[in-house]
Amino acid sequence: MKTLLANPVLIKEVKLRFRSMKSFTGILFYLMAMSIFVFGFIFLTTSLSGSGFFRPDESFLLFSMMTYIQLGLILFITPGLTAGTISTEREKQTLNILLTTAQTSFQIIFGKMTSSIAFLLLMIVSGLPIYSLVFLYGGVDPLQIVVIFLFYFLTLLAIGSIGVMYSTLIRKTIVSMIVTYGTMIFLAVVTAFFLLLSVQISTLGTTAPSFSPFSYFWASINPAIVMLTLLQPGFAQEIQTMTVIELPLWVGYLVFYSLLTAGAIWLSVKRLRVNMNKYK
Amino acid sequence: MIEIVGLTKKYGSFYALQDLNLTIEEGTVFGFVGANGAGKSTTFSILATLLQPTAGDAFINGMSVTKNAHEVRKQIGYMPDFFGVYDQLKANEYLDFYGASYGIAPKEREVLIPKLLELVNLSHKRYDYVDLLSRGMKQRLCLARALIHDPKILILDEPASGLDPRARVEMRDILKELKSMGKTILISSHILPELAEMCDSIGVIDSGQLIAQGSVHEIQAHLQSEKVLKVKLAGPTQEAMAFFENDPLVSKLIEKPEKQSIEFLYRGTEEDQIRLLRQAMEQSLQILSFAEEETDLEDVFMAITKGVEVK
Ligand SMILES: Nc1ncnc2c1ncn2[C@@H]1O[C@H](COP(=O)(O)OP(=O)(O)OP(=O)(O)O)[C@@H](O)[C@H]1O
Ligand SMILES: [Mg+2]
Repeated sequence: MKTLLANPVLIKEVKLRFRSMKSFTGILFYLMAMSIFVFGFIFLTTSLSGSGFFRPDESFLLFSMMTYIQLGLILFITPGLTAGTISTEREKQTLNILLTTAQTSFQIIFGKMTSSIAFLLLMIVSGLPIYSLVFLYGGVDPLQIVVIFLFYFLTLLAIGSIGVMYSTLIRKTIVSMIVTYGTMIFLAVVTAFFLLLSVQISTLGTTAPSFSPFSYFWASINPAIVMLTLLQPGFAQEIQTMTVIELPLWVGYLVFYSLLTAGAIWLSVKRLRVNMNKYK
Repeated sequence: MIEIVGLTKKYGSFYALQDLNLTIEEGTVFGFVGANGAGKSTTFSILATLLQPTAGDAFINGMSVTKNAHEVRKQIGYMPDFFGVYDQLKANEYLDFYGASYGIAPKEREVLIPKLLELVNLSHKRYDYVDLLSRGMKQRLCLARALIHDPKILILDEPASGLDPRARVEMRDILKELKSMGKTILISSHILPELAEMCDSIGVIDSGQLIAQGSVHEIQAHLQSEKVLKVKLAGPTQEAMAFFENDPLVSKLIEKPEKQSIEFLYRGTEEDQIRLLRQAMEQSLQILSFAEEETDLEDVFMAITKGVEVK
């Protein structure tokens, strides 16, 4: 672990990232927006109900909304942070020198990955105090928060490795960005359409629920839907009856996104040093 | 020691390198000369493990650049022809990063970096941001970076390109110092005189093939099948003109009566040249001097590269 973290690329990138004020202002804005949202929500609900009292179910609703906002942030920021990691070095002509150093391809990819992800993790963790506010009002199981954070971690790991992979495979950062965002939108949005489609097809002509692995598959790789099953056990139950598959969606999500992460990292490491043509 | 064996690189059907064979002994400074697109950078990229050859292999101290790339990287210091620097990094941090990349301990780096900056005359820029340094300074910093892990072998792709004359001289002095430290240096340039001054040996590459190899003088002799001979006479030149005109190996005879000399291109071997002079003496020509005009290396280079354009 220690040797993993004594990674030159990681140390340099972290140093550079926190040297520029951009990172701090980014986090500051995020915290401010979250606070305004939370206090606004509490203020509005209490003043609307007129009771001056924030009920646990309202607190849970707030928690769910915050969870979705953070998921959205992760989905949108991760590609931006990772899809240029290798290709910008290529464009700035620093990659060839980096590749002649004694670092292994895995070390370089690992350093790039962790430095980008560290920033996102920091951002999420810095929001924890605001989360704890929701706790004060009850309605949220602490275990749920742990589960949600693990879910976030897996999601940003997977999207991050996809970004790094495209950045390794594709010469131009701009193209890599577009493809990474495209993949993210496919996973977060397009899969939902496929889910609707396969549900339509499987329920065609019958009213009784039938075994439908396709519906299960599309549902299990959609972050928004899987997160809903984590927030609302009732919804998980509903999916189970609909697809007639006992396995909880998060298991499918865990398997799929772990494989995706491993595959993307493996490919990046494999391809970083081959076909090194001249980058002029 | 660097051994290049049958190195070939194809881009589609185009040969950037074609069966290149070359051995560079330890401690030599080897100059690699060739016109634009001759294949210098391609060769260097393969040696630096950045490019996979189509066929053949190269060995750095006996280790294959294709099969044992990771070990080779620790042995060489590579300076590419074009390179960028990270912005927001200061010169000492820049070197520190690469030092770490070679697994050098932080304490050692602290000692090493000022020494390297001193070597390349950049001590005064230690705390300056690297992207704000001038081109020549960046080039020198990049050289310091290539030296950070104390490699035995340096592979420098046009280290003096884009430098002003003063910076070139400085770069040359640094390289001389490195040579005296016993490093094996492989350096490329398309400026032959520049290399001639500091190289022990020179290889000329053209269209991906090594067309000549040897010391600077050998190269010159090899590449020049024709030399310029100048004959100075103590009297009128007409008689001598008539004599030299008749020799089948002589061409482009120029008479310079005001200087009492004639010049011509000569196509023969050294033995032929001796025979020519003896015959001239037997003719009782009033010869004061009979000498080969020094052609400079630029002319040689032009002669080599002319062939490229014809193809
Ligand atoms: N990635 C590539 N794809 C196709 N052809 C290439 C590629 N890289 C180099 N070449 C070709 O290979 C040949 C050799 O190029 P190289 O860069 O080795 O020349 P060079 O001797 O370094 O020239 P210069 O003096 O301009 O630096 C050139 O004709 C070039 O066009
Ligand atoms: Mg070149």
